[in-house]
Amino acid sequence: MENSFIKALAGIVGAPNTLTDPESLACYGYDSTPELQSRPGAVLLPGSAEEISQVMALCHEAGVRVTPRGSGTNLSGGSISFDAGVVLQTSRLNRILEIDEENLTATVETGVITSALHREVEAKGLFYPPDPGSMNISTMGGNVAENSGGLRGLKYGVTDDYVMGLKTVLADGDLLKTGGKVVKDVAGYNLNQLLVSSEGTLGIFTEITVKLIPKPVAKKTMLVHFPQLEQAALTVSHIIAARIIPATLEFLDRVTIKCVEDYAHVGLPLDVDAVLLIEVDGHPAQVEEDAAGIREICERHHCSFFQTAAGPEEALKLATARRVALSALARMRPTTILEDATVPRSCIAPMVKLIQDTARKYDLLIGTFGHAGDGNLHPTCLTDERNPDEISRAHKAFGEIFEATIAMGGTITGEHGVGVAKKKYLPKLVGESGLRVMRGIKGALDPKGILNPGKIFSLTSD
Amino acid sequence: MDYVKLINCMRCGMCLPHCPTYKETFLETASPRGRVALVRKLQEGELVESEKFLEYVSLCLDCQACASACPCGVNAGELVAEFRCESKKEKGLSMMEDLVLRKLVPHPDRLEAATAPLRLYQKTGLQQVVRSLGLLKLFPEALGRMEGLLPKLPDAPLRQTISEVTPAAGKEKGTAGFFLGCVMSLIFSEASLATVQLLSTLGYRVVTPKAQKCCGAPNMLGHDLDGLKEAASFNTDLFDSFDLDFVVTDCGGCGAELKKYGQHLDGERKAEEFSASVRDISEVLFAESEALAAKLKPLPLKVTYHDPCHIAHCQGIRSQPRALIKLIPGIDFRELPEADACCGSAGTYNIEKPEMADLVLSRKVQNVQKTGAEYLVTSNPGCLLQLKKALSEAEPQVRVIHLTELLQMSMNA
Ligand SMILES: Cc1cc2nc3c(=O)[nH]c(=O)nc-3n(C[C@H](O)[C@H](O)[C@H](O)COP(=O)(O)OP(=O)(O)OC[C@H]3O[C@@H](n4cnc5c(N)ncnc54)[C@H](O)[C@@H]3O)c2cc1C
Ligand code: SF4
Ligand code: SF4
Repeated sequence: MENSFIKALAGIVGAPNTLTDPESLACYGYDSTPELQSRPGAVLLPGSAEEISQVMALCHEAGVRVTPRGSGTNLSGGSISFDAGVVLQTSRLNRILEIDEENLTATVETGVITSALHREVEAKGLFYPPDPGSMNISTMGGNVAENSGGLRGLKYGVTDDYVMGLKTVLADGDLLKTGGKVVKDVAGYNLNQLLVSSEGTLGIFTEITVKLIPKPVAKKTMLVHFPQLEQAALTVSHIIAARIIPATLEFLDRVTIKCVEDYAHVGLPLDVDAVLLIEVDGHPAQVEEDAAGIREICERHHCSFFQTAAGPEEALKLATARRVALSALARMRPTTILEDATVPRSCIAPMVKLIQDTARKYDLLIGTFGHAGDGNLHPTCLTDERNPDEISRAHKAFGEIFEATIAMGGTITGEHGVGVAKKKYLPKLVGESGLRVMRGIKGALDPKGILNPGKIFSLTSD
Repeated sequence: MDYVKLINCMRCGMCLPHCPTYKETFLETASPRGRVALVRKLQEGELVESEKFLEYVSLCLDCQACASACPCGVNAGELVAEFRCESKKEKGLSMMEDLVLRKLVPHPDRLEAATAPLRLYQKTGLQQVVRSLGLLKLFPEALGRMEGLLPKLPDAPLRQTISEVTPAAGKEKGTAGFFLGCVMSLIFSEASLATVQLLSTLGYRVVTPKAQKCCGAPNMLGHDLDGLKEAASFNTDLFDSFDLDFVVTDCGGCGAELKKYGQHLDGERKAEEFSASVRDISEVLFAESEALAAKLKPLPLKVTYHDPCHIAHCQGIRSQPRALIKLIPGIDFRELPEADACCGSAGTYNIEKPEMADLVLSRKVQNVQKTGAEYLVTSNPGCLLQLKKALSEAEPQVRVIHLTELLQMSMNA
């Protein structure tokens, strides 16, 4: 990137907020995605929507590429600039602008950390349900761009279900305002929803208005052991079929259980195929009824052990098993490749089995855990990046797993986004017409293709 | 440095919200994940040890909050410290570092002699003496820029005045070895006396070997591995020569170091056993909760607790000090927001990086203000110094004391 251009950028955001030293560039050349790495041309830390707009206008004119970045926790390479362009980090836009208790909305700047919003709204007895595992780190902008989901997704939905309004800077620097505080709005195309999960390719969010709901008053947490995988999977489907919608319905497979137990000693059984972590919340009477219903279904499906948390402390202990799953797996081997295969809920058992078979076929260690209630599984391959043979087997295995996912009517990502990591699988999923429509939209909003280029799909068919 | 430790970082970012310097800057280069990346890139030859590079890595407080948060068991702070050590080894220590970290601090006699003028000139010539002796860089958790606010020193270091054996009050339950620590003995001897008194009241005979040396943490800072090993094996042998049930310390920094002797001496059995016998005072008192509770009298005070890094992150001790405070009848315990975030003391950090240290510290002060507490309790001399200074300026009505002092207050109430 030319010096004069960098000077012009620094003129907008200020010299201390313009990073070009090799150390900074190296540190903004990665996100949480394994293996991927690059080096941007410059890193900008703008302080306002106005500055972002000016930066975009300048870059648009010069044809310089811009990659927005929140906290860089995405797992699909979405916030890495692969073409020595500008990385635009939103961390300085971090104010919670308003919590509107009359309209039940919150308006935040894009760089607000998700859990900070949780804290603020919960202090007022309100609730913002989306709770990605990364919520203590991820930004609201990143959540919207990836349409993040979380442990409460089954009952409460994902980010998309809560975004009411957005302020977005477009590729040429223009400001676009979509939606707002009105609950019903059918004027024209639903641009809000189009922008959610656009992975930074259509615009840069500066302000986000989300819907809030009342905080559930009661909850109950349960941990259930299943000697057989099929029974655990059937339990999941039957709980849903019985019209019980838990807030959380999480799954750990045998490999994961063993790792968790080896590492955290939380008292998990080593002789079972699966455990389910289930949480119900809502009105106290409803919670009791749901918990009883769930227990009955679990027992009917031959669970070997059913544990209900007596109080919040014990609930936390039970939830620990799920919360430390990734940690436990990550400690086993140097390189952790966490994937995001999502199938219809009825296909969980065959999917988990297929993952296990594929792991055996390629001689890999893969542990699977995830949001069983959503059909969203995280097969996690434990490898060593210094072993190219193992890494290539891992990629082959995931190729097969995704092929199977699509064949089952599933999708290649339930919450982490396509980015670059899963770009090659997208055409199979959406087909030629899907790609044509997406490219058309991209062309309309970002004719020069400067916003996060190379993510989700290629601009030309190749 | 072990390359595998570097590639173990999966870049998940779980450590980011726990890192004090990241919280102040939101810069990836000032985050644990970024620091691991920097050191890794240096090893891979993608970066060089430029001035900027050194500046970035030296911004790390080595508070190890990142290690507590990391799912993969990566300890970014330690990796950075290791790198700094290696880099220092090549470049050599500055004369001052050599004087202070190798020739002065590790030797209690010399250290005590050097601080004698401090006592003499406490009011008059204090600052000059401190400066001329280089005392700013002297303590494991440095005095930093707070020399003028150094608490009034005791008449003599506790090591010199305490009797080698303090008998148990009443029926004897066992024998505890007491590891004093330089700064505790030099400056906070009253807290250490409280420690001994508590142990004695609970039925322990307390042996405080006079010959004990510094724990070795300053040697580590000065990359004086030989000195560190020497201190470790000296102290191990010394304490081993008494018949002790366990070794106790009321200095978080010493405790963390003593617990690593086994590691320092390459798993030597005696050192391993010594390390395994080391307890922070809060661990011992917590185990004696019942007996202790019987002796505590009401103190109607609003109290909060700051977790020293060397207690919470290095030794994993969090619940015990809180439980002990809550044992005191009438105490209104108020949890400190971000209690286990570093206070910015961090060795010589607050002299080398005053701006960042101030940011980190003022966040701590603001959090203390939020609690409305009258007493801030902690259990590490570096934190005590740093927080006493800061609060005497910002919130003079808040008293900063060691955990054992609070318990003693309640016992004597
Ligand atoms: C340990 C761990 C657990 C996780 N758990 C979950 C989970 O449970 N559920 C889940 O859904 N995800 C999860 N993730 C993935 C990740 O945290 C989410 O995708 C998150 O939303 C990313 O937020 P971020 O602020 O880090 O964004 P980044 O990673 O920085 O960016 C993500 C994408 O958003 C774009 N972007 C960022 N800010 C803006 C903006 N202001 N405007 C436009 N585009 C923008 C970027 O260009 C990029 O494409 C997890 C990740 C980790 C490491
Ligand atoms: S140091 Fe640990 S917590 Fe931090 S990014 Fe690396 S793996 Fe994650
Ligand atoms: S040791 Fe402390 S300052 Fe250093 S990286 Fe870890 S958390 Fe940050």
